[in-house]
Amino acid sequence: MIPAMRTLRASGLLALAAVVGVALAAPRFEDSMAQRLLACTACHGEQGRAGPDGYYPRLAGKPAGYLYHQLLNFRDGRRHYGLMTGMVDPLSDAYLMDIARHFAALELPYPAPPPASAPPALLHRGAVLARQGDAARGVPACIQCHGVRLTGVAPDIPGLLGLPRDYLNAQLGAWQTGERRAHAPDCMAQIARRMDAADVSAVAAWLAAQPVPVPSGPTATMPAPPPGATRWRCGSAPAVQAAGERP
Amino acid sequence: MKRATTALAVAMSVLGALAAAVWWLGVRTPAPGLSAAATDGPVEVLARGAYLARVGNCVGCHTRRGGEPLAGGRAIETPFGAVYAGNLTPDIQTGIGAWSADDFWHALHHGRSRDGRLLAPAFPYTSTTRITRADADTLYAWLMSQPPVVQANRAHALRWPFGTQAALAVWRALYFRAGEQAAEPAQSAEWNRGAYLAQGVAHCDECHGARNALGALQAGAAGGSVLAGPNWYVPSLRASAEAGLADWPDAEIAALLKTGWSGRGHASGPMAEVVLRSTQHLNDVDLRAMAVYLKSLSAAEQPASPARETSAGAATARSRRGAQLYRDHCERCHGERGEGVPGAYPALAGNRAVVMAQTTNLVQSVLHGGFAPATAGNPRPFGMPPFVLVLNDADIAAVLSHVRTAWGNAASEVSELDVHKVRAASSR
Repeated sequence: MIPAMRTLRASGLLALAAVVGVALAAPRFEDSMAQRLLACTACHGEQGRAGPDGYYPRLAGKPAGYLYHQLLNFRDGRRHYGLMTGMVDPLSDAYLMDIARHFAALELPYPAPPPASAPPALLHRGAVLARQGDAARGVPACIQCHGVRLTGVAPDIPGLLGLPRDYLNAQLGAWQTGERRAHAPDCMAQIARRMDAADVSAVAAWLAAQPVPVPSGPTATMPAPPPGATRWRCGSAPAVQAAGERP
Repeated sequence: MKRATTALAVAMSVLGALAAAVWWLGVRTPAPGLSAAATDGPVEVLARGAYLARVGNCVGCHTRRGGEPLAGGRAIETPFGAVYAGNLTPDIQTGIGAWSADDFWHALHHGRSRDGRLLAPAFPYTSTTRITRADADTLYAWLMSQPPVVQANRAHALRWPFGTQAALAVWRALYFRAGEQAAEPAQSAEWNRGAYLAQGVAHCDECHGARNALGALQAGAAGGSVLAGPNWYVPSLRASAEAGLADWPDAEIAALLKTGWSGRGHASGPMAEVVLRSTQHLNDVDLRAMAVYLKSLSAAEQPASPARETSAGAATARSRRGAQLYRDHCERCHGERGEGVPGAYPALAGNRAVVMAQTTNLVQSVLHGGFAPATAGNPRPFGMPPFVLVLNDADIAAVLSHVRTAWGNAASEVSELDVHKVRAASSR
């Protein structure tokens, strides 16, 4: 065996040993946000990549303002999930903002979406709703606020891709019943109530089947409203609301 | 026959006298107030009122989740049903805007509303009766300076007969005497200030005190009590095996109240809210006074460790399971020997909260996780994950039994039923 190969093999073994060593040793304590927020990632997945059971949504890379508003919504009773409320109850606004910024700043690749199992007609209806909306019922296209790439608009509007179908269905249903609320004016509540059960199912199925583009982060500006339409003003997106009010 | 008639007459007159006494204790007109507060007093008065309101955490009970501060509506769960806190904002129709300083004093001191109704003692007038007239007037001035909010009060949902005026009159005749805090001349001024704050304004005993079957506080008793709503056990400040502070250094007591965290233990559950909204705002003089007083409530000696229920050292399948679960889920933060990480994760070895006879709070912590309060002194606390969806009752019982019997801890084991009861109560 030539010496170079021997060296290569030896270094490979060393590398393997290093990997095994890292895997076996208990992770060391570090004074970091990730360490502080192990309470979050236990359900929301390592580094906030999304939970293993397909329900706990991803946190990593979501717009900071959106995450912050959700934390406030759980604490102040506009969203209801006992575990989340208990978590954020004793926390200050400043710390909730730090938490939101921590997860927003994480850039982690998304896994490929699960193959779409819904019938083609349903998926087609979902695509139409997402891209064009339903003018007859006053339902705007998803892309009108969530960005043409559907990855959200900084700092307050979340992306809609990379979310489990069950989660999307549950959230749209919760908007319809008033179980989930946002700061007034509550745009999503109004929009969800103009959709019927088939619409919800269609748009959730289509969104959940789309790959997340790279880069996956939110865009900086919102697309212009379509001709003849006015921009929605939403309490959950105060930055856009303020911009929209400019003459 | 004549004898029976006489006995009946005597019994009737005794009953009549009792009823009269109950009536008089409930409705007698209190002595007129000493002074009336100016409603738009100087800045210092309002600042002092704001401080007292924080120490008493008025906002905590008188604000519903997500609601306007002080507008009421929060349900205070009691063993007799829910009491809804009233609107304390100065709105004329729905709040206390039409109340005078005397009316407010009567509520704090005598537990009576402006219209003379007897108040349910979930409003802690058994403690606030100790507040001085001057402090009551200061609080009143501050409340009157807050923005009025139109929000109608919600009727209490107390089971019959507990909410009736007659029941309240009897309860008060048995268990309530109005009276400002009397100074203990044998104690220092600092101790007396601490006692006034803890027993009056901050009303610590309303949660930490032992109560009888009718919900009356048992003066000086060493038991704690279980909070009906959140289902947390509030340990006694008079028992060294629970929350007694006799052997704590003053600095640790002050740190716990000021930051929510100390080397001896941290605030969690309902106490996290108390630290967040109330005690972290205590000034240094009052903080020290409260520490001096609280320290005096329990004796210094350590109680004998409770005996183990299982033979020490015998590894059972359950204890092996508990140790394995600890390695898988707990060791990363709480350490191989239960030593914790100072300032971040509590030690479990030698931790009084871990070996306390009452295990409700331990089970709560494992089921629901949570954070210590985010205070100015500990602004970014470390969190504990919830295990309610990860571990079943048998697993939680096994790992808690391990923690309570390892590294020198010698407490009784936790049963599956103990865990089940807490899980069932919190999912209601």
